[in-house]
Amino acid sequence: MQQPTDEVAQSAQQAAEERITLKSPGEAVFGDTAGAASQIARIEDPIVKCRNVCLFYGESQALTDVTLDFPRHEVTALIGPSGCGKSTFLRCLNRMNDLIDGVRITGTMDLDGQEINDRGRDVIELRRRVGMVFQKPNPFPKSIYENIAYGLRIAGVRQKAVLDEAVESSLKRAALWGEVKDRLHESALGLSGGQHQRLCIARAIAVSPDIILMDEPCSALDPRSTTRIEDLIGELREEYTIIIVTHNMQQAARVSDFTAFLYEGELIEYGPTKQMFTRPGRKETEDYITGRFG
Amino acid sequence: MAVVLYNGLGVYWADPLELVELADGTKLLGEEVERERDPHSEVERVKYHVGNREFGSAFRWVELADVREISYPDDAMKLDRTENLNYIGYLEGIETPGLDVPEADTPQERLAAAMVAAWQKHDQEIVPIEDEAGEIGRELNREIKYAIIDAEYRKKQLLRGGAPADDPEVTQIDQELECLLALEKDLKDRSHQLTLKRGKLKAALDENVALFVDSAGRKSTIPLVDIVRFTLPNRMGFGAKVGHYAAKVWELLWDDPREANQDGGVFPAIMGTVLLVFLMAITCFPLGVLAGIYLGEYAKEAPLVRLVRIAVNNLAGIPSIVYGIFGLGFFIYLCGGTLDCWLYPELVEEGEMVFGQGCILWASLTLGLLTIPVVIVSTEEALKQIPRGVKEGSYALGATKFQTLCRVLVPMASPGMMTGFILAMARAAGEVAPLMLTGATKIAPVPTSGDFPYVHLDRQFMHLGFHIYDISCKSPNVEATKPLVYVTTLLLLAIVVTMTSLAIWLRSRMRKRYQTRAI
Repeated sequence: MQQPTDEVAQSAQQAAEERITLKSPGEAVFGDTAGAASQIARIEDPIVKCRNVCLFYGESQALTDVTLDFPRHEVTALIGPSGCGKSTFLRCLNRMNDLIDGVRITGTMDLDGQEINDRGRDVIELRRRVGMVFQKPNPFPKSIYENIAYGLRIAGVRQKAVLDEAVESSLKRAALWGEVKDRLHESALGLSGGQHQRLCIARAIAVSPDIILMDEPCSALDPRSTTRIEDLIGELREEYTIIIVTHNMQQAARVSDFTAFLYEGELIEYGPTKQMFTRPGRKETEDYITGRFG
Repeated sequence: MAVVLYNGLGVYWADPLELVELADGTKLLGEEVERERDPHSEVERVKYHVGNREFGSAFRWVELADVREISYPDDAMKLDRTENLNYIGYLEGIETPGLDVPEADTPQERLAAAMVAAWQKHDQEIVPIEDEAGEIGRELNREIKYAIIDAEYRKKQLLRGGAPADDPEVTQIDQELECLLALEKDLKDRSHQLTLKRGKLKAALDENVALFVDSAGRKSTIPLVDIVRFTLPNRMGFGAKVGHYAAKVWELLWDDPREANQDGGVFPAIMGTVLLVFLMAITCFPLGVLAGIYLGEYAKEAPLVRLVRIAVNNLAGIPSIVYGIFGLGFFIYLCGGTLDCWLYPELVEEGEMVFGQGCILWASLTLGLLTIPVVIVSTEEALKQIPRGVKEGSYALGATKFQTLCRVLVPMASPGMMTGFILAMARAAGEVAPLMLTGATKIAPVPTSGDFPYVHLDRQFMHLGFHIYDISCKSPNVEATKPLVYVTTLLLLAIVVTMTSLAIWLRSRMRKRYQTRAI
């Protein structure tokens, strides 16, 4: 399955525009782990480098040799049928799986040169750098202001001016300021579902993370709220690296720059979204995108 | 509940006094208490409260067929007395040799004026002497007594340590003892003098009397200061009855009991109950919440933890008397005894106890033990109810476990914790069995005072539940205390309801603040 070196060089040149290279594009047979593992999307200056990540829930394996790089300041979508391990993989990136008993991870996940799963690693600092937005909006039963200030307060920020400033700017960036600026001190639970999710995004932004993980952020929202969140993602990519899990193919196509397709815990294909959706390298990807299975 | 309400609320309403003339010509004056058909003879009969215990039973059954005539004499009078409970009869006159009583239009008004004068004299002459005697008594029984015990103990220790009898330290203690004993003698003499003086003054005051005659024509002479209040129920209008009712309720709530709990108020019992529950709450609630948080958030599913959890769940089902036994054995004998050995070795030597006997501290801790499972279980449940997403949301922002707990989980679980607290309080306030073994007593002052440390944890206390038991089952005159049993039961229920509604109100406020959205 090794490709001639000149072809690799050629495709590297090609991908210079797209900043990506694919090894053995589209040739790995479906279900062939060795083939999937060898398919590495090479990205210049990636923010996270994952190599051969395997994850076990006790005896059962949820992820098998996932190897991919996440580009900095781009939106990467993780797609795949339910139970394929995309959420599990996402949660590895800020070690949310620590909360679940009996999870074991092998392989390396490198965030800006530091191993994420390092035992000695400060999880608190990691989670501050890698924020997360969940499938179900989960505002705290506090005021809108306190929801946004929460991350800063637990980090030890006390000055009111700093908090005020952070609350205002994060709400503005989450496109929520106009709607809530007159009732900052009312309960956040009084907002609508879509507002809740934008509040959660604002809350994540407030601690100035490098990466924002989004786990199906729009699945509980109506189309209009979904559009707003998608617009928001488009704006946020200027400053943050966004990794989004979604079930919605159109959404992946609309908001993401790169797409990774996972199936049964394995990475099947990874590439620029445009390429994935127009000429997928592998048949399984094509089948899934066109809705023939999954 | 309805029975208690009906009987309890009606107790202090002034009923009319009926003068009943019987077929055989005898008369009786009293209040109708109840009416029933005798189950055996099928005869309709009425029970009258006729008072005047010095002449026999205060209650009489009368067969309805025997009643010839019933009238409501205008001047029939009912007295509340400090001895022998109620008197029912007619006022004949008053004799006030040592008092300056203003003239009045009616004998009743004159009686009222004379009573005021007698009580004034009592307050001026006798009360100061009683106060002084009480002060001396306290000094004798506390400071002097303990100082002597302490000195003797020190001396014994020295001698036991091999010091010769003429050791300077021993002689110094001997001198000290001499002084103390002399002081004790002085005080005893003074106390004796005061007792004599008081006796004389009281005797003189007791010569001021009111003369009464009852329906059977028997005459009574009752000292004015023995009369707490008198009423003329047949003359009272609605307003007067309401006033009388209020006065009686006021007495119930704020006065000490009289005559072996048969009359008077239950203030010490109310205070004892409230204080007990309060102490129970401040010891058991924090502990229970901490234990619940540990079990719910920190403990891993190890066999030991599972065992603890099973034990906690089962603790709630143990009969409360078993807790009483445990409190007696563990808290009083073991903890209390040990504490006494450390703090008051000289008293232990004399066979005296401070914490080694039933007291409000051990009673409240026993109650705490009894109610803690409820708090633990409800705390754990409340934590479990919190949506996982909220917890994860907090972790995802870089919060530590402890921060998440303090800032998100505990506030959100607080209404649930309060529910446990309410259940615990309701159970604790009504519990009597464990208290009987750990410090509740028939008559005791409120265990608070103006002296340091203000709340005396080492004292016995009165408790409403125990009071009910006492007056209903242990009273020398069960018939007379029956209404009081209803009233006290009502009061206990009222206190439980008040404390519980306070807690419920607090909980609803918390709910409003920290409600979880149903997702």
